[in-house]
Amino acid sequence: MRLMMGNEACVEGAIAAGMRFFAGYPITPSTEVAEKASERLPEVGGKFIQMEDEIAGMAACIGGSIAGQKSMTATSGPGFSLKMENIGYAAMAEIPCVIINVMRSGPSTGLPTSPSQADVMQARWGTHGDHPTIALAPSSVREAYDVTIRAFNLAEKYRMPVMVLMDEIIGHLREGVDLPEKPEVEILDRKNPDCDPADFRAYEVPEGDIVPLMPGFGDGYRYNITGLIHDDTGFPTNSNIVAGKLCERLMKKIEDNADDIAQYEITDAENCDVLVLTYGGTARTVTAARKAAPDSGFRMGMFRCVTIWPFPEEALRACVRDNNIKHVIVAELNYGQIALEAERILKNDAKVWHIGKIDGDILYPNEILNKISEVIKHG
Amino acid sequence: MHMELRLSGSGGQGLILAGVIMAEAALIDGKNAVQSQSYGPEARGGASRAEVIISDQEIDFIKVQSADMLLCLTQTAYDRYGKEPAAVLIVDDSIELKYPEPVKVVRVPILETALKQIGRPMVANIVALGVVNATLKLVSRESLAQAVLGRVPKGTEELNSRALDCGYELVG
Amino acid sequence: MADSVMASDLVKKSFRVNKFPHIWCPGCGHGILMRAVAQAIENKGFDPDKVCIVSGIGCSSRAAGYMNFNTLHTTHGRAIAFATGIKLARPELHVIVITGDGDAAAIGGNHFIHAARRNIGITTIVFNNSIYGMTGGQYSPLTPMYDLATTSPYGNIEQTFDLPRLADAAGATYVARFTSYHVREGIKLIEKALDNKGFSMVEGISQCPTYYGRKNKKGTTVQIMQWMRDSAVDIKKAREMTSEELSGKFVIGEFKNRPALEYCHGYQKIIDRIKDEKRKR
Repeated sequence: MRLMMGNEACVEGAIAAGMRFFAGYPITPSTEVAEKASERLPEVGGKFIQMEDEIAGMAACIGGSIAGQKSMTATSGPGFSLKMENIGYAAMAEIPCVIINVMRSGPSTGLPTSPSQADVMQARWGTHGDHPTIALAPSSVREAYDVTIRAFNLAEKYRMPVMVLMDEIIGHLREGVDLPEKPEVEILDRKNPDCDPADFRAYEVPEGDIVPLMPGFGDGYRYNITGLIHDDTGFPTNSNIVAGKLCERLMKKIEDNADDIAQYEITDAENCDVLVLTYGGTARTVTAARKAAPDSGFRMGMFRCVTIWPFPEEALRACVRDNNIKHVIVAELNYGQIALEAERILKNDAKVWHIGKIDGDILYPNEILNKISEVIKHG
Repeated sequence: MHMELRLSGSGGQGLILAGVIMAEAALIDGKNAVQSQSYGPEARGGASRAEVIISDQEIDFIKVQSADMLLCLTQTAYDRYGKEPAAVLIVDDSIELKYPEPVKVVRVPILETALKQIGRPMVANIVALGVVNATLKLVSRESLAQAVLGRVPKGTEELNSRALDCGYELVG
Repeated sequence: MADSVMASDLVKKSFRVNKFPHIWCPGCGHGILMRAVAQAIENKGFDPDKVCIVSGIGCSSRAAGYMNFNTLHTTHGRAIAFATGIKLARPELHVIVITGDGDAAAIGGNHFIHAARRNIGITTIVFNNSIYGMTGGQYSPLTPMYDLATTSPYGNIEQTFDLPRLADAAGATYVARFTSYHVREGIKLIEKALDNKGFSMVEGISQCPTYYGRKNKKGTTVQIMQWMRDSAVDIKKAREMTSEELSGKFVIGEFKNRPALEYCHGYQKIIDRIKDEKRKR
């Protein structure tokens, strides 16, 4: 058992998943991720570089992946905004990489050392254009380790940027963890082609695969990568037909596999008066409230998203329908971002409420319990 | 057993490190522990506060809700954090108390001990740990000593062990 | 050596001929510069599988797609940052950035100076046509003062960057300049840039008859290239000329060739040292 910070556990998870390249830029409260990566990577023969800005951190991370290494970057608030340009590039060019965003209080420079969960919609829609998103949110230091491994696996499997939406609560939390010697899950690597280079079509999805095969630069397959709309040879085109097909394939590879990506935890939903939907560090508050709920005279269930995007909507709808739940409270440190999503999903099934904060403080268990009382009384 | 602690002082005094050491000692004892902090933009000065929760149970909520102990090493930290009630208040004797006092107050010369007995003001955090554990018996003395040695810079082990002992002696 | 390969053989070998015709305007100098880069790579005898061409956005950056190597067409200004990732992750690759004046010196200026400062082994070739061509003729940091552009209809009142001096000051270890008129000299300079282990910057001055030339009444492509021939002064000669004599001229040639520890090499030393310390322990 070791006392470890969420930000550090995330680096240990990344290294266990095979990360051998990190490019980033210092920013509170994610800096410990870069610090730990700079210390650990050369020990395992990997590379760390501190770039000149956030944009370059994202760009170099993608470059590392193109050269064949599992790559990661880390940032917070303002840096996440700056990284959006090249996150879109990675989505379009289908470059696997992992972005750790330790969410802090905004907007703008905001409260740099205070937590928030207000980047969840930015994670989904922050870069321009329609594009798929995978975002995961850990609720403990151990889960920061597990989720980061999973982020790499999903990035490689679906060839796209995957975000770990930590919040300052978990990023800076130290708690006891027992990390396994070797990862407890299978580590997925990108598939390389074995065809004659002359026959290689860089963006053609082979039958039975979800994504095109991806050799590293230098592996003998000389191909082209671009952020422009491209055909399955990887070269730009202005064809509306090709554009439509490509953009749809990018969306569908995630839509069609949402069940594989979805991860969530349902607790005490049977016969509950109210279901609280939450994620990340706020789940710690909600768990404490859930355990205290019977003393307050009501039954409270919890739906905790580990996968935020694609949102586990089928699971949430089923949970609400199967348990005949009438009230769902979304607890999150923002002005109601996932509450909007829950309203959309549950519009015919339950009434959706919201409890949040945008002042840099976290939610307290009694605040959750008070909100439940209010909902039961007036709902 | 469920204890919620707040350790406060000025940035640079090593209160977060003290919190980390206390949490590690609890882990050595087989207990659960979480450590978190609130801090401002200053690396030195200002008011810094570390929180530690030690429990036999799983720790869900990570922040202190009702402090079992508040430690203050500077007047600024006391002025800022002393308002919130704590069951036990441990302060450096340079601090002037102005808020309603809890049942138990331990007011001892932590900073002076570090400076005069050890000759290094920077070990005040370790002296404070001795005071805190002698007062509250949160973790075993051996585990705390072991946790201190695991975290302090190489070459300062002896110095810090003495600082810890001095802390114990202040409470007697 | 420079002309040891027949043009048609070079084109067949180094270019994706099925992607031609290229998108550049008739008279544009970029094709000349692109061929010079390919010739220099060929002359060095690099294994094409180990060559990466990384570009940003703009007219210059379309070059990557035409060249038969590992090619990466990135976002505006970021080519050097992407290239940094590739080079550090796989130092054995020859990483060449093809960028433009706006791409390298405006939106990508920060990446340009910091890659130079790190002395990372990237060869950056700036195709400088003094204008943003792709978006229709706006002024760039390399548009001469008082010249016209679609966003400086009354004349550009901004100073221009002197790219070789900027690269030199930032720490680049090889710096040179040529023009689309001085191709033979240019190929040699690019070869030497490729020889340098650290960060190299070669500025290639190119003509844009469509926007810069037309806006500023510079005449036909031939006239612009004649102006290049008549106005360019080799640096060795320039060192012996007075500022009056240099007025209205510009300097080409090798500005700097001063090798120093390359970044990836320095990083590998750290890895080796840690491995060594571990073994000793």
